[in-house]
Amino acid sequence: MLSNPASARNGNLVAAVGMFVAILGTIFLYEENGQKLGNYTWIFAALFIGSVAGTLMAKRVQMTAMPEMVSLFNGMGGACAALISVIEFRHLVHSSDAASLDQTSLLIIMLGLIIGSVSFAGSVIAWGKLNGSIKDFAFKGQHIINIILLLLTLFIAAHIVINLPIELELYFYAAVVLALVYGIFFVLPIGGADMPVVISLLNSFTGVAAACGGFLYDNKVMLTGGILVGAAGTLLTILMCKAMNRSLQNVLIGSFGGGATTGGSAQTGGTYKEVTLSDAAVVMSYANKVMIVPGYGLAVAQAQHVCHELEKTLEAKGVEVKYAIHPVAGRMPGHMNVLLAEADVSYEKLLEMEQANEEFKNTDVVLILGANDVVNPAAKSDPSSPIYGMPILEVEEAKHVIVNKRSMKPGYAGIENQLFFQPKTSMLFGDAKKALQDLLAEVRNL
Amino acid sequence: MVILMIFVGIEVIGRVPSVLHTPLMSGANAIHGVVIIGAIIVMGKAEEGNLIALILGFLAVFLGTLNVVGGFVVTDRMLEMFKKKK
Repeated sequence: MLSNPASARNGNLVAAVGMFVAILGTIFLYEENGQKLGNYTWIFAALFIGSVAGTLMAKRVQMTAMPEMVSLFNGMGGACAALISVIEFRHLVHSSDAASLDQTSLLIIMLGLIIGSVSFAGSVIAWGKLNGSIKDFAFKGQHIINIILLLLTLFIAAHIVINLPIELELYFYAAVVLALVYGIFFVLPIGGADMPVVISLLNSFTGVAAACGGFLYDNKVMLTGGILVGAAGTLLTILMCKAMNRSLQNVLIGSFGGGATTGGSAQTGGTYKEVTLSDAAVVMSYANKVMIVPGYGLAVAQAQHVCHELEKTLEAKGVEVKYAIHPVAGRMPGHMNVLLAEADVSYEKLLEMEQANEEFKNTDVVLILGANDVVNPAAKSDPSSPIYGMPILEVEEAKHVIVNKRSMKPGYAGIENQLFFQPKTSMLFGDAKKALQDLLAEVRNL
Repeated sequence: MVILMIFVGIEVIGRVPSVLHTPLMSGANAIHGVVIIGAIIVMGKAEEGNLIALILGFLAVFLGTLNVVGGFVVTDRMLEMFKKKK
């Protein structure tokens, strides 16, 4: 059911119903030593308030803010897992004397605590980065500090489980703090464009934390769900890295950043040409084939509907219009697909990178809307470039390239794009929405 | 059991086209909200007088619910985008 866009929605619904049944089942049917669950009022109150809040938040968020919502909700799950560990720890410590503490339970509690806390803290930072409130922050030796933090946390956890020291509670809360700090520092230096990979990784972390809860209560539903997500999330993370042709290690350790790394050693700069609206309109209207390359700029300008209008107008004039979608265009895989689908663009018109690359040589005009790094030739030619090795859209094969951007400022990778200075390329400056509206008006006049 | 689940997880992802990767991530996110069951258990077992456990438990269930409900609604909105056009 999940492999087809049309039926995936039903798959989601089925999963939701299953979750609902599991929750109700637990509330009314769970029994431990013959004792059923109590505190129904508290439970239902929390469920109700959470449902209302969750639904409101999820319904009101703009399409382009989806990845950060996913991250935020992921963090909530991580926090939930960590809190479970805290409560169970307190229960364990207060109900038995130090000598008889169950070490297996302690181990599971510590694992759930650490993984949940790291996921929570990291997810909140990722959320902040994607909505722009947190900037990239890296300092020298950061990665050493991160490793030290992690080792320290694990060491304390091991100490607690193996040695059962008197100051158990002190160590426990120290571990909580360290795990949270580690989660923050883990995500803080990673660049915004790499966030989707990080979120996918944190997603699988929370899955594992949920599985820990499953082990603790010997609960099949939690175990199943948790491990499923842990495994699936890990695979998805790896797939995303492959699409960028970067290793996971590279994503986590390297940071793109305007200041931290300077661009490659290739010659950049030179003169660029600007194209007027009327010339752009003419060359596009009389073309046989136009390919549109959407990027983050299109999303920011919320110009997807105008783009669709332009597509329809051109097609009415007999121009074949398609879209070339790079796997990491925008801020998440499938970002452009979602954006264009929202504008009712038929998904048969969306070409994946390999297909698009075959068609560029037959294309008269490529219109690049707010995309930058995904069409940067340095990825092929400049080994010192931070994006070297990433497969790109080979737009230079087409006859004309028109680039729409707000200015000449670099994109997320913070590097110059030689494409802009090439002879076949001309620049059309302006906000994507305004530029498209003006272009559309010109095309209609022809 | 663990191995089976890992296998299933990998199989499921392997069949999903890359255009669905983000809704998939969102769906997986909702599913790990199953951690809420642990929160419900922990809350349900707390003794009447133990205020700290009740408050923490309440918070845990609340956060878990956000994960589950928010996750499924967001996934649904993403998948709604793929409806066949008229």
